[in-house]
Amino acid sequence: MAAGREEPVPAGPASSLRITAAVNGTRLSRTVPVRMTLAQLLRDELGLTGTKVSCDMEACGACSVLVDSEPVSSCTFLAADADGREVLTVEGLAGTGGVSDLQEAFMQNYALQCGFCTPGFLMMATALLRDNPYPSQEEITEFLEGNICRCTGYRPIVEAIEQVARSRRSRGGD
Amino acid sequence: MAETEPGPRLAGHSVRRTDFAEKVTGTAKYCVDLTAEGMLHARVVRSERPHARILAVHTEQAAASPGVVAVLTSADLEGLFPRFGHIIPDHCILAIGKVRYYGEPVALVVAETLFQAADAAELVTVDYEDLPAVLTAEQALRAGAPLVHERSYGSGGDTSFLDGEATGTGSRSNVAHEASVEWGDVDAALADSALVVQTEALFPMLYAYAMEPYNALASYRDGSLLVHSTAQHPFMVRDDLARIFGLPLSRIRVIAPYLGGGYGSKSYTKVEPMAAVASWATGRPVKLVLNVEESIYTTRVDSARVRMRSGFDADGRLRARDCDIEMDSGAYADNSPLVLDKAVNRCFGPYRVPNLRIRGRSVYTNTSPASSYRGFGAPQGALAGETNLDQAAGLLGISPADIRRRNLVGPKEELLPGKRPMDADLPADLDLLVASLQEGARPRAGELYGIGFACTASDAGAFPVSTATVRLATDGSVTVLSGSTEMGQGSKTVLGLIAAEELGVDLAVVQVFQSDTSATSYERTTGASRTTTLTGLAVQRACADVRAKLREMASETFGCEAAEVTVGEGRVRGPDGQVVSLGTAVTSWFGSKSGEVTGVGIVRKSGETASMPPFWEIGMAGLALAVDPETGQVRVDQLVTVGDVGFALNPQAVEGQDLGAATQGIGMALFEELVYDGPQIVNPNIVEYRVPKSTDLPRRIDTMIVQRADGVGPYGAKGSGEGALNPMSAAAATAIARATGRWSLRLPLTPERVWRLIRESAADGTAAGVTDAEHTAAGPGATDTERG
Repeated sequence: MAAGREEPVPAGPASSLRITAAVNGTRLSRTVPVRMTLAQLLRDELGLTGTKVSCDMEACGACSVLVDSEPVSSCTFLAADADGREVLTVEGLAGTGGVSDLQEAFMQNYALQCGFCTPGFLMMATALLRDNPYPSQEEITEFLEGNICRCTGYRPIVEAIEQVARSRRSRGGD
Repeated sequence: MAETEPGPRLAGHSVRRTDFAEKVTGTAKYCVDLTAEGMLHARVVRSERPHARILAVHTEQAAASPGVVAVLTSADLEGLFPRFGHIIPDHCILAIGKVRYYGEPVALVVAETLFQAADAAELVTVDYEDLPAVLTAEQALRAGAPLVHERSYGSGGDTSFLDGEATGTGSRSNVAHEASVEWGDVDAALADSALVVQTEALFPMLYAYAMEPYNALASYRDGSLLVHSTAQHPFMVRDDLARIFGLPLSRIRVIAPYLGGGYGSKSYTKVEPMAAVASWATGRPVKLVLNVEESIYTTRVDSARVRMRSGFDADGRLRARDCDIEMDSGAYADNSPLVLDKAVNRCFGPYRVPNLRIRGRSVYTNTSPASSYRGFGAPQGALAGETNLDQAAGLLGISPADIRRRNLVGPKEELLPGKRPMDADLPADLDLLVASLQEGARPRAGELYGIGFACTASDAGAFPVSTATVRLATDGSVTVLSGSTEMGQGSKTVLGLIAAEELGVDLAVVQVFQSDTSATSYERTTGASRTTTLTGLAVQRACADVRAKLREMASETFGCEAAEVTVGEGRVRGPDGQVVSLGTAVTSWFGSKSGEVTGVGIVRKSGETASMPPFWEIGMAGLALAVDPETGQVRVDQLVTVGDVGFALNPQAVEGQDLGAATQGIGMALFEELVYDGPQIVNPNIVEYRVPKSTDLPRRIDTMIVQRADGVGPYGAKGSGEGALNPMSAAAATAIARATGRWSLRLPLTPERVWRLIRESAADGTAAGVTDAEHTAAGPGATDTERG
């Protein structure tokens, strides 16, 4: 039966590449197989297992990370394409002062249960609030349509994001 | 003097869950995140035929591929027991002699890297001789049908799973299990009824889609096996592995870290045997991670055809129910026999039925194996049972609420003979549900609008065997050990909360460790919504044991009788004004700065939990659906759930369980179906298997919690987690019928199906758009009715 997490690629001289990228602010260089995905690089090579892989076909959003501030599905984004770019994962969200306001709001609102989809939602919400600091409920649900959560029923996730937007606004900006 | 009775101090107030910080920062470890020194990677070679004799498996090329350490087939498992299955041990680790479904594991390639394993797996070829296949239950039940299993297997060793015995008759037919419940004279009562309504419902194959796919990391070394896996029930997996390797249970250690979702789909043994035999064969740790397509082929939900025939008096009182359930359980039994037993018990609803006859069959077919899913037979049964009531209400000219009011069992009334009386107030719950649905209804111009709701009661909790260990350290901090798995439901928090409550300490000094068969306490299963109730009781009793030991110890140090010592609010008090901290009570007795008090709590089928089921899990939920008359597109306008949980230890978590379960129920009703086209599933992925998304969020959500302290669990608690899913299929089908004027009991109710209903309804002039829960549904009649 079909179904490979990896499609076989003929081994050859050009089967790996040297890349340099910044991951959560740390610059690093690695030689990666050309077929290696960004998720595999993060999880298997760098030990950043906060990023999760589920559907493996860019449909569930669990593996979302930010590359040069834009959300991508790291399950299909090739590690080689991260060359020269900045990657932000869930491990890079908390500042030195503890968790971010978004992470705190997720906890307060019970916006997670099993937590497997949570890193993806956090990364997407980070991107949303950066571009649209005060999103409506409809804008939030539209933006998150590509992220699946099987536990919560979504409402607490939306409420957590609304709470962050409200409190950032009351603090007078982001 | 009696100890101070602990009153809920923490329990009952929403608290920050103790697993959240790890989960929002990405540091929480799931099984799929684990590695081991020297770890190899396995990749499964799967059958491309639904039913075929295996003539040869060609592994040479794969074995010679770079990085490959071993290529295993069933022939390499000599000396091991090559199958598993807790009810019927019919499940081959790797196919033996023949394959029984497309996607069945045939060989296992083990290599240094994932890439190497995947590449080499492509090089394994299998010679097959096709056998005639049975791809539906109907085909499988025909006289002379090809047999999925030519032999029977005996019992899996744990018959307490079934009300009766495993009735596998694989040597003669494709029936994996039969179950029935009967009383009274159904035929006479039906002949005598004012109205007989017959309903047939088709419940599709589903996929639970727990987002972390099945995976395991196994290490077999020096006659001992260590397995980390995505198992809800690590102790059950241990039993299967012990039988495979012929090892004592104590030499098998199964650990279930945080699970990325379960919903029943990670109950029982799945990929652990493959990872374990790969490690046994190679002498190195082996990790096996399935992708979603493979996970879909590993375990799906039983599809079912349910025929419900009910006889009513003229005023809507049930005279009799007669039901036939046929479940397509796929190629291996897994837990389907129990799902069938539960469907039989649950399909007729929480109603007084003077004459009852329910018969069910779980059928082997050449399709992927089915097993447990949240709700366990209840969603399958309720679809027919509850819509049957709604159809009768329409024909009798009474409201869907009233027909239920006239038939619901009351508090403490018996539902199943000899079983625990109803530990809930269903009529009161129904009033809350209906009032909220009525109040929240907001039909919009240009949309068809329908309200539907349903009631279910599940014999939940499973067989009551739970243990817990609570350790009190010298600084007064507490360690709780439990074999119950944290799969997202919040058990880590609630078990800690109970210990904090019972010992009068802060939740912050309580640590809970779960699901390690060698290091935590025994727990039978994490399912059937049992953890808060049964594991919670075990923790509560372990804390009582700690307190009793502290009283004994303090009686020595204080020089008084144990009965004169009280333990409460984190203090130990003597009769003459002595007050010491919990930690000091420990150190004083041991006479040094060291020591510990260990409390043990046990729950078995005895005392409060002697009566089965341990509790009834109530499903009381409804929704309002708005339908676009042009497209058949359905919008969920409102969702209402009533969580009749006895006592909500952590209310925010209970609401989360109800909303999550109801949302899965909406998916089941409107979107989800695994579609077989010939031997293959055509949509084994999350692009084409459509689950609820954020944009499906209902306009209005009302998750009510009702607390009457009528449960057997701590502080009167009962379980939650499945209840709100169970009524949703029926509620949605009824809402669609009210909106469109036509019934369809073939799920899911996709826009195309709904659009066809609208067209049919327009063609024959059926009234549509009835919105009211309290008043008679005007148009839609039953699928088949006869008036007496």
